[in-house]
Amino acid sequence: MIQIFHSYGNLLLTGFIQTLWCSIIALFFALIIGSGFAILEVTPIKFLRVIAKAYIELFRNIPLLVITMFFYVVIPMYIAKISGFAAGTIGLTLYSSAFIAETVRSGIQSVDPGQMEGSRANGLSFWQAMRYIVLPQAFRYVIPPLGNQFINLVKNSSVLAFVAGFDLMYQGNVIASDSLMSMSSYLCVGLLYLIITLPLSYYMRYLEKKLA
Amino acid sequence: MKKFLSKLGILFALILMVVGLSACAKSSSGSSKPDVLAEDKKSETITWGVKADTKLFGLMDVKTNRIQGFEIDLAKAMTKQILGPKGKARFIQVTSQTRMPLLRNGNIDAIMATMTITPQRAEQVDFSRSYFDAGQAILVKNGSKIKNVHDLNYSGAVVLGVVGSNSVQNIKKFAPKAKVLQLTDYSQAFTALRSGQGQALTTDNGILYGMSVENPNYSVVGGTFTKEPYGIAVDKGQKPFLNAINSALTEVEKSGQYNKLIYKWFGNVKGFNLKGAYRQ
Repeated sequence: MIQIFHSYGNLLLTGFIQTLWCSIIALFFALIIGSGFAILEVTPIKFLRVIAKAYIELFRNIPLLVITMFFYVVIPMYIAKISGFAAGTIGLTLYSSAFIAETVRSGIQSVDPGQMEGSRANGLSFWQAMRYIVLPQAFRYVIPPLGNQFINLVKNSSVLAFVAGFDLMYQGNVIASDSLMSMSSYLCVGLLYLIITLPLSYYMRYLEKKLA
Repeated sequence: MKKFLSKLGILFALILMVVGLSACAKSSSGSSKPDVLAEDKKSETITWGVKADTKLFGLMDVKTNRIQGFEIDLAKAMTKQILGPKGKARFIQVTSQTRMPLLRNGNIDAIMATMTITPQRAEQVDFSRSYFDAGQAILVKNGSKIKNVHDLNYSGAVVLGVVGSNSVQNIKKFAPKAKVLQLTDYSQAFTALRSGQGQALTTDNGILYGMSVENPNYSVVGGTFTKEPYGIAVDKGQKPFLNAINSALTEVEKSGQYNKLIYKWFGNVKGFNLKGAYRQ
């Protein structure tokens, strides 16, 4: 293992950085898109609810690899040239956003409906009530399941390996086939994934304790 | 419930550990490996690791659900040669990435999967003599500006290859400025070429010919720029089996079966040098 780190250090480092980048970008956008659709899912307007439901069911029920391959292969043929990294990150964002939307929706619905009614009765609009009263409480409820989604997202970023996104898993494959030491190569890769996910997991636990 | 769950967790952890340990034990006990030839003779079966994504060499036929190709037919002929007319050839699908670990774990007896004989690989496995002499080439879309490998040597060029094949190492020598993308298998690499993720696909000419037969819009250009002799790989310490393979190969070549198979698979391929591929 030390030998792998020694002779393929820069490959592993680029893989680590790519995975980290992809995770950060996807996490940021998935959280925004996911929360957006979660709110749409509980609006009083039926049309918006249907759209949100359709989006969530579509991306939640298609395998991540299929979504990613679609962006890697089909989109460049007809619409625009996108690299493997971009295709993987877009796929990951859409896929994770569907799960995050469901998680946040469950949080919103677990807030006592009296909160919403009370704020509406006090003259707040639906969006104001959502923004200032319901969402802050909802996010507190969903921190533990949201942490799960974040960790899943980091791990799912290994889908980049299939579209040559130069992430950790891709470098792992390259190193394993070059050095012919598959076991230690994948152990190294696993270790590097832990370096990303463990602090994330501990941070989420810390937030949970602090806020809940 | 909680107690039950925690017990279940401990159980799972234990199972994982045992599996992990046994995997370690299997890969480290190199000294006491069974004799493959003797075991195969007893079971009258040789298990070959072959490609299933490579037209002309080994390709899964979706209708019959069987792998077909030159390597498959050659492996069958050699199995009959080694084990006698009753001998059966069993095929397990491998990729460039999985073939070495599978061989070392004993899942397969030998690799016949478009595998080039290289000194680096020869440290890990033993090779038979070459059964097919390929050479690396590039595949481009018809009408592409790229006419040979040197045309790819500009920054911004993207060459597609497959993880674990030595063609991606070679291309770095011939076109150092080009970026190399390594996909998981040939069909995926070709899909990437079609969707414009790179200017050219590089690997051995035999495989590329297979792709251009399927897709006439793409052609092999510039000839070969390396020599890639394909060998059959067996695990280290299986000398009797290796000798049996080498002599079986000689027999198959002598009897003219080899040339028949070459003609069967490569006879209709445009641009393929049949005479150069024939043996004896």
